[in-house]
Amino acid sequence: MSQTWVAVLLVGAFTISFKAAGPVLLARRQLPARLASAFELLGPSLLAALVVTQAVGGKGGIVLDARLVGLAAAVVALALRAPLIVVVLVAALATALVRLV
Amino acid sequence: MRTSYREGLKRIAPVAPASASFGIAFGILASTAGFGSLAPIAMSATTFAGAAQFAAVSVLNDGGTVAAAVVAAVLLNARYLAISVAIAPAFEGSRLRRFLESQLIVDESWAVSQKGGGRIDRRILVAAGLLLYPCWVGATALGVFGGGLLGNPERFGLDAAFPALFLALLVSVLKTRRELVAALAGGTIALVLLPIARPGVPVIAASAVCLAGLWRR
Repeated sequence: MSQTWVAVLLVGAFTISFKAAGPVLLARRQLPARLASAFELLGPSLLAALVVTQAVGGKGGIVLDARLVGLAAAVVALALRAPLIVVVLVAALATALVRLV
Repeated sequence: MRTSYREGLKRIAPVAPASASFGIAFGILASTAGFGSLAPIAMSATTFAGAAQFAAVSVLNDGGTVAAAVVAAVLLNARYLAISVAIAPAFEGSRLRRFLESQLIVDESWAVSQKGGGRIDRRILVAAGLLLYPCWVGATALGVFGGGLLGNPERFGLDAAFPALFLALLVSVLKTRRELVAALAGGTIALVLLPIARPGVPVIAASAVCLAGLWRR
């Protein structure tokens, strides 16, 4: 089986179990407050790390290229409260334009 | 009481187009990142959680191992464990029914079904999830088809779409000062590790920030 499919099946199995855990297994029990509070920080910390690795990651570590212009354009679009798809398209377009010139 | 299923559809309708466009983006980016055409659709049908799907694709696309991709995506979805346990009392009926309905828990359906005090209206969540699910999977298929027509992803700046997408998702989850600090710390850890660690590892390492959540409170 290819790597892609292993990842697809494992992520799927974990996510299905996470969603089912409460309603199927643990009705009327609670997660410890400390654990729930730790989970709340996973989203922000991982998403920020993904922004960094996707914006400047590359062969041999840090690579600064046209993606940064795209990210700057995305920041402007976000500041203007553009919907997600517009933010993504603006970033791709800005990067493509920089590569053309 | 049937009205609250309808209420769920009414509340989620304005969100559905955004979810569909996000699905199209996933289909395009996953297929151009070498995921083929069937795997992205299978992933949307089973995982049904956008950010984690993008995370898995981007870690693999960067040359990270399967283990790194899976761990990053699973950590990102760990919040569903917290959500599912918190709202468990709202579910009723047979075990199978509770299982099937629990799969409709996504950020959007959870958000629109809030009743206050951390409780949710199950019917609203189910109706919202039932509308979002086909939108998400169908849009992924559409994106996969579109991505197949595009060719070289870098020409269209699609590699810049990933950081922009994660930034947009990040902004949407930042509600408190604590979360902002966690984001800054996570980003810093990733930046420091980027030149020295293998692909995917900087992202996983950033999750260490949540240990701070164990101390406080």
